[in-house]
Amino acid sequence: MAAKTLTIDGKQISAEEGATVLQAATEAGIPIPTLCHLEGVYDMGACRLCIVEITGIPKLLPACTTKVAEGMEIKTNSERLRKYRRMILELLFAERNHVCAVCVSNGHCELQTLAYSQGMEHVRYDYTFPKWNLDTTHRLFGMDHNRCVLCNRCVRVCWHIEGAGTKNVSGRGAKSRIITDLNMPWGDADSCTECGKCVMSCPTGALFNKGSTVGEMERDRDKLEFIVNAREKKQWIAD
Amino acid sequence: MKIRLATVWLGGCAGCHMSFLDLDEFLIDLADAVDLVYSPVVDVKDYPENVDLCLIEGAVCNEDNLEILHKIRARTKVLVSFGDCAVTGNVAGLRNVIPVNKLLQRIYVDGADANGCIPHDGLPQLSKLARPAQDFVKIDVCLPGCPPQNKVIAGFLNNLLEGRKPETNQKIKFG
Ligand code: SF4
Ligand code: SF4
Ligand code: SF4
Ligand code: FES
Repeated sequence: MAAKTLTIDGKQISAEEGATVLQAATEAGIPIPTLCHLEGVYDMGACRLCIVEITGIPKLLPACTTKVAEGMEIKTNSERLRKYRRMILELLFAERNHVCAVCVSNGHCELQTLAYSQGMEHVRYDYTFPKWNLDTTHRLFGMDHNRCVLCNRCVRVCWHIEGAGTKNVSGRGAKSRIITDLNMPWGDADSCTECGKCVMSCPTGALFNKGSTVGEMERDRDKLEFIVNAREKKQWIAD
Repeated sequence: MKIRLATVWLGGCAGCHMSFLDLDEFLIDLADAVDLVYSPVVDVKDYPENVDLCLIEGAVCNEDNLEILHKIRARTKVLVSFGDCAVTGNVAGLRNVIPVNKLLQRIYVDGADANGCIPHDGLPQLSKLARPAQDFVKIDVCLPGCPPQNKVIAGFLNNLLEGRKPETNQKIKFG
């Protein structure tokens, strides 16, 4: 495939045609914050944390779904981007109920880590304190909608790695939520194979293994990557 | 001139104050450098004038909390939201999804072993929502954590004592 040359944060790099800006930056050792991106499943630009500035384009574009082009000039860490990233994070915190002190993911949460990395020590927006439920009907796993950031990772791994198609999104805007099968309790969702991949993929405390308490949920993302590598590159033995 | 320091306990569990007391020997240096003019640990009834710094623990949960918060803002140079409840609402805010009358009924009537009734005489009215301090007054510094770690507090106070910017030199965290 043809290579494209472009500049990211003043650094001249080359990337394969068809690669995303995020892939090109990662390859070149330039970190871009991400939340919905997950190695092994397709990108969908759900969280907008990976926004970048591209010269000549007034809109900010998500690095994970924007393809590289010849001569692109990209900025990944300008004042403007930092401002919007922090805003996005604060809105995520304000939209649901994040009570880190009593959360299963406290200390191992990607949302928390992002907040720290963007210098977020408080939220400037009014918290909405919405009423959301917990689904603990499944034998092994639980879902706490209070902590969900609608990154869609669980939906993508359930459909495209496990192939079960149990998880879906219903509703619109702030009322959107993750459902199982035809909006039934997870425990009654017949299509669920109990593989646990959604739980492994979740960046927050929204999906958890039953029985885990504050700060106990650590995710095993290596397992997901192993499965994807095994399929795509025929590497069936872990190194 | 010694720094006039106050600490106040709104809707919180006192854990943030415990973490403050956990400053160990730094408390000795601190005692030399500040006048503790108002705090749950000193016997002063009214919030004084001309306070340099006030650490606010807890969310704003009732009308008394709100009243003193406004008084504190008017009489203090630097306000610090001290701990997650003050910064985010945190555990105090867990009740926010339940209407106040239902909540009181559940705890004081349905949950009582005998003589259940909702107490009101001499008690402040609960607010509809337990909210962070910054929803009502300007906050100058946030020190999150449940509770804030003692090194975060020490880092902050140390900067202050040495005349640097009022911020902590330690990594902050929620929860
Ligand atoms: S999901 Fe993360 S940010 Fe939200 S409450 Fe849990 S630990 Fe905190
Ligand atoms: S456990 Fe597996 S099959 Fe069930 S919802 Fe999660 S990813 Fe889908
Ligand atoms: S449950 Fe977890 S993985 Fe699924 S959308 Fe919510 S935050 Fe993302
Ligand atoms: S990581 Fe690109 S939009 Fe979420």
